[in-house]
Amino acid sequence: MKQLVLPALLAALLAACSSPGGPEQTGAKVEDRAGSGSGVATVTAPSVSGSGIAALTDPNNILSKRSVFFDFDSFVIKAEAKPLVEAHARFLVQNPQMRILIQGNTDERGSREYNLALGQKRADAVKQALQLLGAKEGQIESVSLGEEKPRCTESSDACFAQNRRSDILYSGEF
Amino acid sequence: MTGTLRYNSHPEYAMNKTLHALRLILAAALATLSLAAQAQLSIEITGAGAARFPVVVPIFENESALPRGVSDIVKADLERSGLFNLVDIGPLALPESRVPDLNDLRSRGADAALAASVIPQPDGRYEIRFRLFDTQKQQEIGGQVLRMAPAQNRLTAHRIADFIYEKLTGLPGYFSTRIAYVVKSGTRYELQIADADGANPQAALVSREPIISPAWSPDGQRLAYVSFEQKKPIIYVHTLATGQRQVVANFKGSNSAPTWSPDGQQLAVVLTKDGLSQLYVLSADGSGVRRLATSSGIDTEPAWAPDGQWIYFTSDRGGSPQIYRIPTGGGSAQRVTFEGTYNVTPRPSADGRLLAFITRNNGRFQVAVQDLTTRQTTILTDSTRDESPSFAPNGRMILYASESGGRGILAAVSSDGRVKQRLSVQAADVREPAWGPAQKQ
Repeated sequence: MKQLVLPALLAALLAACSSPGGPEQTGAKVEDRAGSGSGVATVTAPSVSGSGIAALTDPNNILSKRSVFFDFDSFVIKAEAKPLVEAHARFLVQNPQMRILIQGNTDERGSREYNLALGQKRADAVKQALQLLGAKEGQIESVSLGEEKPRCTESSDACFAQNRRSDILYSGEF
Repeated sequence: MTGTLRYNSHPEYAMNKTLHALRLILAAALATLSLAAQAQLSIEITGAGAARFPVVVPIFENESALPRGVSDIVKADLERSGLFNLVDIGPLALPESRVPDLNDLRSRGADAALAASVIPQPDGRYEIRFRLFDTQKQQEIGGQVLRMAPAQNRLTAHRIADFIYEKLTGLPGYFSTRIAYVVKSGTRYELQIADADGANPQAALVSREPIISPAWSPDGQRLAYVSFEQKKPIIYVHTLATGQRQVVANFKGSNSAPTWSPDGQQLAVVLTKDGLSQLYVLSADGSGVRRLATSSGIDTEPAWAPDGQWIYFTSDRGGSPQIYRIPTGGGSAQRVTFEGTYNVTPRPSADGRLLAFITRNNGRFQVAVQDLTTRQTTILTDSTRDESPSFAPNGRMILYASESGGRGILAAVSSDGRVKQRLSVQAADVREPAWGPAQKQ
């Protein structure tokens, strides 16, 4: 029984830590499934939000630029993204306590799970570039959102290009 | 018209026609109202089987005693399967206690007929007695007695439809199964569970971040899925009745594509903790992770073969994404698909005979099925954005996600491609369907 309760408690704690407005409702509520044998209880997932250091959100600072874009079917960082990647690498070297999450993204064409794997390659490309520039492996986690969080939702080439990207999130933002 | 049915004097038949029409209109209005209130999946049949079995499902004797009807739901189930032609005999009940006039029913074009009665019980429940008859052989095929609470009308109807389906097609029915899917409205994601006909939808999880890849445990009690609520993909196992959730894979990097072993003890998953997306196996409680395969490309979308011997998966190890299989204990992978440059999301049928997957055909993503014995592949749909196929427990229908008018919809196609249905929710995106296992009686 303890094993079962623990995750719910953890989820509630996490929500309490991360959302200043207090935890969202996470408790399990059992409803009777009218007309059938087994019920389905509705759970609300906790959500995270937060902000970082001023320099990271100052629009005049390159560190507020967080997106690296990719060509179709490509996982190579383009020359135009180099200053951005170098600035974040410098910041990580100077602030070894800072941690980042890199989220890789793809356009919407094809299987969600396969796209998740492709997005991972885009996140890993940015991670490797940052490490080459001196950031430590322990500072960086690379993950994929696949096609799940498009910045642009039309089915056009211009839109797809917006969605082929990696985003950098700093501690407190994830 | 030849012959006269024997039950002219039955009260249902004698009922004032105006009253009856009024009742039908009321029932239709109520159904429409509840549909709007619940944002229920509505089902449109877009294709049917070539030879449909003609069957009579009359209103049940004394059915008006029930607060909510049963016979209409039985008829809708059978109609939707695309395998039956419901022969209408009007508002005439065929009581279960008597053998109906089978010659007359045959003359009306029915090869089989149901006789059914409702008997109120002293405890407030109802007994539903029914028998199925073959009008050609002039004999009873079988029957059952079910007891139900008034609110169990849908489940009872699905059980009766399952009985008729099984007796007349030789395959188990799938009407009393459940489906899982994700509804996106704005920035709200809901993992919903509904009956196979889309009725009775309930949210198992509500989140502001995406939910993908729901997978039913073989006992139908739990779902494994990927939730992005912590800004990265993490695999959870969720017990539906209680809402208890457990994180089973939250390793550094991405955690995705869970699938259950046939005994419900293990999960095959995709992790990036050691680099590229690769296949791992762990216990259903998240313990004992072991790597299943090693490749220099992407390996993802594992699916356990029902015999437990193989795991099907998608890999781009050969240059383009194709379907492979690997022994559950590890070993060398065998390629399964060879035609085309994009074959993904393998999903075997419960009998292990068929493999459904998504293939890219002239730039369009469509549902295909491979006969695993003959290796013959057939494309079943003509749409452009199909994803996430999953078989009904009897292997006869495949549920999948598609797109219509810029919105995600669910659709189903029979494994021979003949029967086609579309399920949709108004003003919402529906995706990631998964057909649940057969319900234990």
